This record gives sequence, C-alpha cells and structure tokens, in this order.
Amino acid sequence: MMQWLSLPLTYGFMQRGLLAAVIVGVLCAVVGCYVVLRSMAFLGDAIAHAILPGVAVAFLLKGNLMVGALIVAVAVALGIGLLSREGTLREDTAIGVLFAAALALGVALISTMRTYAVDLMHILFGNVLGVGWGDVWLIAGLSLVVLGTVALLYKQFLVMSFDPVQAATLRLPVDRLRNLMLVLLAIVVVVSLQTVGVGLVAAMLVTPAATAQLLTRRLPAMMAVSAALGAFSGVAGLYASFYFNVASGAAIVLVATAIFFVVFLFAPRRGLLRH
Amino acid sequence: MSDMGEPARLDLEHVSVGYNGREALHDITLQVPHGGQVAVVGPNGAGKSTLFKALVGLLHLREGQVRIHAQPLGQHHDCVAYVPQREEVDWRFPVTVRDVVMMGRYGHLGWLKWPEAKDRAAVTRALDHLGISELADQPIGELSGGQQQRVFLARALAQEPHILLMDEPFAGVDVPTQEATLDLLQHLKTRQVTVMVSMHDLNLAARFERVLLLNRRVIAYGTAQEVFTSEAIREAFGSDALFLDGAVLVSHTCPCDALSKAVKP
Repeated sequence: MMQWLSLPLTYGFMQRGLLAAVIVGVLCAVVGCYVVLRSMAFLGDAIAHAILPGVAVAFLLKGNLMVGALIVAVAVALGIGLLSREGTLREDTAIGVLFAAALALGVALISTMRTYAVDLMHILFGNVLGVGWGDVWLIAGLSLVVLGTVALLYKQFLVMSFDPVQAATLRLPVDRLRNLMLVLLAIVVVVSLQTVGVGLVAAMLVTPAATAQLLTRRLPAMMAVSAALGAFSGVAGLYASFYFNVASGAAIVLVATAIFFVVFLFAPRRGLLRH
Repeated sequence: MSDMGEPARLDLEHVSVGYNGREALHDITLQVPHGGQVAVVGPNGAGKSTLFKALVGLLHLREGQVRIHAQPLGQHHDCVAYVPQREEVDWRFPVTVRDVVMMGRYGHLGWLKWPEAKDRAAVTRALDHLGISELADQPIGELSGGQQQRVFLARALAQEPHILLMDEPFAGVDVPTQEATLDLLQHLKTRQVTVMVSMHDLNLAARFERVLLLNRRVIAYGTAQEVFTSEAIREAFGSDALFLDGAVLVSHTCPCDALSKAVKP
C-alpha cells in the first residue's frame, strides 16, 4: 500500500503535477463557492471557452500561452460585466454573445495553424503532467493573489452575493466589486488551464462547492470543505491517471463528481435518501 | 405642517425613476419629517419597490433629487436600512441568523475591519429585541416564514439607521410576526427613526400617521383621513376598487398572496 502511494512520487512530473492539482483544486473550490451561490456557472464556462483566441494568438506569436489566456479572459469578463450593466442586456444573453464570438475567433485562428492538434488537446482538456516548475510557481503566485483578495473582501463579497440591495444601502461600490469578482474568476480559469483544461474548468468550479453546500451551514465552512474536496479530487484523480492511464483532467473531474453524487444521496441533513 | 421649523428628514423633489426604457415613477415630490412613519400603498406595479430601490441608491434617478438631512443621497454611509421582500432572498444561502444580523453592522465597520465586541453586542441586542436569540446559530433556510422576517427586522435594528424602508413586511406573515413588526415600529418611533412601509392592507395603512397613495406618481399624501377619499382610491386602483355605500373594497391588490391563502388548508 505504502509503495502504491509512494511510487508515483519518485517521478518529477508527478511531484509537479500533484502540487499543481492540489493548488488548482483548492483555488477553484474556494472561488467556486461564490460561483455556485451567485449562479455564475455559465459565466465560468464561458470565460474558459473564450480564452481560446488568446491562447491561439500567444501560440502564433510564440509568447507565453498563460499570459495570452489571462489577457483575453479578463477582457471577456469585463466585457460581459459592461454589456449586462444597467439591465440593458440580461447577463446570460451578454455571455452567449461574447462567449460564442470569442470561441469562433479562437477556432478560426487555430485552424490557420498546421501543427496544433496536440496543443489544442492540452488546452481543451489539460495536461497536468506536463507542468514545469515555472508553471507551478506562476500557479501558486496567482492563487495567493486570488485567495488573499477573497479573504480580505470576505464581508463585501458575502453581502453583495447574499443581498445586493443591502450592499447598496451600505454604499458599497457594487459594480466595481462585481467586476473584481469577474476578474478573479478569469484568473482562476486561466490558472486551471493546464490541470483540467478549458473544457472541464466549470466542473472544478461548481462540483466541490455544490458538494460542500450540501454538507455545511455557513460560508467559511462551505469554503473549507469545498477546498478539501477540491484538493482530494486533484490527488485522487492524478493517482487514478497514473495507475489506470486515463487523462488526468478527466480523472480529477470524475472523482469530484463521484463524491458529489455520494453526498447528494447520503448527506446527513439534505441528502436525497435521508429524512 | 406642525414641524415646519425642522429640516425634513427625507426630501424628494421631482424624482423620476425608470429602467429598461420604461418610466416607473414620475415626478415624485414629498417630504417625510423627522421620525415620521409612512404607509406606502398602491396597486401592483405602482412603483413601491422601485421607490425604495431608488431611495437606497440602487436605481439611478432620471430626474430630481433625494435629500436626506438636506444632503444629497450617498453622503451618509449607514443611514438607510432596508428590509427586503421575502421572495427576494435566497434562503439556501449558507448563512446563519447571526451572520445575517451582523451584515447590518458592516456599514459601521471599516473596509478591512472584522466585527468587534460592540458590534457583537448590537447583534445580540437586536436578536433579543425580536425574540430570536435561541435561533442565532440556525441556518436561515430552516426557519419559519415569520422567523425569517424577524431576522431581517433584527438586521435593520442592528444597523441603527436613520431611515428604514420595509417592503411588504405584512404580506403572508403570521399574527405574532405582524405584532412584532408593529412593536418594532413603535420602538423605532421613540428612537426618531423615519420609516416607510409598503403594504397592501388599507386598514393597516390607516393606522399609520401618514399614508402615501402611489400609482407611478403621487395620487395623495397626508393623514389617512385626507388620503382615503373615494376619488383618490378610484384614481389609484381604477377598476379594482369597488364602492359599496360607505365601504370600499379593493381587489387584485396582490393576487399571488390571495392565491396562496386560498390554497392553504
């Protein structure tokens, strides 16, 4: 058993992959609590897919893929915020318009390349075993920034998520806080790019947080449980990937989903099969 | 007016509000004096909630001005408190009763400050005042409707506002909660808090010192006797008002509410 657990750790790529998977698992799970509570799942998914043109341009210019992705993700997030402000457009309509446009642009750009198949697969579904130490440090640094902001602005994010009218009576800058949250979400999506890929980020944002909501009654507890589930899914998924030779991103998501269904059925207070 | 000498606590001058290209409130001008309590009545879609949302600064004014203590809206930080309609709250949100009441204190805290002993004391006082101390650590989703209402009343109390806006606090609540709400209004009266309460029950509105009859614009504003004339009610409610010698019957003021009552055993 011990050897079964320790064998993968003798490989450098597994050490880096595990570290990245745990960091991303925790980050997605914590920010995912707000995604679940504010019904932003569609938004997270949209930002993830909209990253494609940024990655394509960075690839064409031989720049850093993550930087390209980050620029586009933040632009799309703020664009959605701008279009849906003042109720001119419903938010999901604004998302639908920008998300599809950015995805189309990405596919158009990538289709002009010759040797994109492998890279595209990695962008779409992640390649956590391919991360280098540089990527790990970048992931860790960005994660610290995001988690630090979430901790510092806990009160403000809590009020504006629970009761926007109360936030307005407290004279909080609701529009700016909302945009800040969109930017944080964009960073999280980009950081997750290499572990689970754009196709599966939404699952890492939503599934651990949704599981935690069934088990807890306060937001700090929900965040802690969600983070633990995200980290566990990352590690368990990578071991499954190592021993059963399945795609790492998919394995991580499937572990998280399996836990969700177990909790959904058997949760002490809100489970389907209790009462 | 008897209080001519004092500056009006809440002053609306030619206020027009609209959203999605539609004008919801037109040319509202009225004054609520220091510590005044106003019942806001009108048919569905009359703009009662819109008025409150404009007063807390959530909707932009198209025209006119709102002044509080003779200063424009937005100058005071924790001056206005708001009790939302129950349908507007996400009851699955993972917060306890104490968490929600503590949100009333956030305006008194700095941006990066955590609650201190005096904030916790204010929360405890507010919970005691509304008789929900023993529910403090319950998630809000596990409370009864009346208890949920009290949580938001406690939050408003903990906020120590100068102006309190309550959106339909009497809709679909049990008698004890209705009494608790009226008791709280009495208590706020002694603390000189200015209150505006929207409601559908005209009999209840008549118990308030001032009544605002609203339908996109001010139909009538004054004491219940001044406001509840046949012409004013006909003007506000149109064909929904039925006049039987001496009595007025207003139907369809809240069909959803009437329906839920009819369905209950």
